[in-house]
Amino acid sequence: MENIIELDNVTKRFGGITALNKASLKVTRGEVVGLIGDNGAGKSTLIKTLVGVYSPDEGDILIRGKKVNAWNALKARESGIETVFQDRALTPQQSIVKNIFMGKELRYPFGFIKEKEQIFEANRLIREIGFTSKLINAESPVGNLSGGERQGVAIARAIYNKAELIVLDEPTNNLSLNETQKVFDFVLNVKKSNRSVLFIGHNIYHVYDISDRFVILDRGEVVHKLDKNDISTPEELMKIMRDTIGAH
Amino acid sequence: MSKNNSYLSNYFHRNGRALGSIGYFVLLMVIFLIGAPEAWIRPNLHQSVFVMMPTLIFLTIPLVFLVASGEIDLSFASTYAVAAYVFALLVKNGVDPAICLVLGIFTGAAIGALVGTLIVVFRLSSLVASLGVLFLLRGVILLLSNSRSITIMEVENHWIYPLLVGNFYGFPMQIFWAAIFVIFCYYFFNKHVFGIHIQHVGDNSVSAEQMGINVNAVKIKAFMFVGVGAAIGGIFTTMITYTFFPTQGFGYLLLALAAVFVGGTPYWGGLGTIIGAVFGVGIIAYMEIGIIAIGWSGEWRQFFNGLIILLALLGHRLHGERVR
Repeated sequence: MENIIELDNVTKRFGGITALNKASLKVTRGEVVGLIGDNGAGKSTLIKTLVGVYSPDEGDILIRGKKVNAWNALKARESGIETVFQDRALTPQQSIVKNIFMGKELRYPFGFIKEKEQIFEANRLIREIGFTSKLINAESPVGNLSGGERQGVAIARAIYNKAELIVLDEPTNNLSLNETQKVFDFVLNVKKSNRSVLFIGHNIYHVYDISDRFVILDRGEVVHKLDKNDISTPEELMKIMRDTIGAH
Repeated sequence: MSKNNSYLSNYFHRNGRALGSIGYFVLLMVIFLIGAPEAWIRPNLHQSVFVMMPTLIFLTIPLVFLVASGEIDLSFASTYAVAAYVFALLVKNGVDPAICLVLGIFTGAAIGALVGTLIVVFRLSSLVASLGVLFLLRGVILLLSNSRSITIMEVENHWIYPLLVGNFYGFPMQIFWAAIFVIFCYYFFNKHVFGIHIQHVGDNSVSAEQMGINVNAVKIKAFMFVGVGAAIGGIFTTMITYTFFPTQGFGYLLLALAAVFVGGTPYWGGLGTIIGAVFGVGIIAYMEIGIIAIGWSGEWRQFFNGLIILLALLGHRLHGERVR
């Protein structure tokens, strides 16, 4: 399977502190990778490096097997890596379609907007990722949606922006069981479309349910990599995490 | 059925506020009609309203853009006079009025750009900063003009006079231009990148920034648009009355702001309605002229203007809180 992105022995320092120490991680096409680790384990540094907010001090970043120099946010987006941050970057009083196309509207000459095309495309996108309610269509205001559905709008936007890899930063935080399930459905649909997801979470159970592989991070180092087949329950994952963290 | 419901609820979400101001307008008309039917059917009453409305429209509609972007501007009432002053002074000095018109509008845009840059770059409160500019510019005008008015009868003989503010078979041309302006602004606000970005910026500027919208540029352009609207309003009025006078525009300050909010644009940003604002202008204009016309004293005007602003705020509350 093709590697979408690979971090090879990446180190990132801030002043005297090593936030990321020789971390290696790869995401292949069509898989969901769960990234777990305690607060301060370096998850956010790893994500920000991955999406080009930080460039590594040491180590390489490879896109589809090719080494990239001077890694930055623009290159990350051009490589098909889109992030859905915790606040989701939505404007709740506006419609779903306006949010999906925010900043990248389809335009006629002189800046007028191709409204019909946008609505058609937005309806297609939200059905594709799994919006089923007839009460919701592209023209519904985002403010009327639940937390999980808002996550879905942000994911739909990432797909519209030609994402090959969608980085979800704690997407199930503060969501009810029902809403979490919705987000899982969205993620599974993204996977079905042969795109990849990097799923970052606190909740081991959430990460366990949705991921194909797990990467455990502790104090800036990747301390464990596991396949879902290696373990059979989230409790087992929890135990491995407890045993590895702090042990190295 | 459920599909129908979502269509209806989306429609209401988009148009509810405009419908509210149309409702207020109709109610006001009915009250006047019942209160003073003879005055109400006299055409000259409506004519004087229609003389006032275009100026208010040029001032109010751009303010909808600015309020939707999450800012406010008070300085437009002075920009109005500065642009009129530039126009009148140049006409008086023999410059072709068409060129004066362009330069006057350019002045408005430049003032808007300055005010916007000041507020956006230094992160000033737009309410307080534009209040400062309001007084500052008015002071400049009074000093430059020596508090004297300028009469420009000569503008009548130029081709722009009949084109812009003349009478076309009894129909005042400024109404035509105001209508064009409204249609243009409707599309500009709802179907153009500029208006859409304004709504995103006013809704959540952090999100807009994250999605690659240049928030500061959008806001500065909105201030410029207010300046342009104020300039057009000021120059049109100066042409209609053949006179620039240094205090002109001040009276429109609160009326135009009232029309924005009475028209259904909420004060918190992210939303706005052009059609609503037109009816907001209608309400304010009829209030100004209608109350006198039906024989009540002028004091009632202020009273009802106040009442209608409060009713408009209650209307916002009924339509729903700001969603986050």
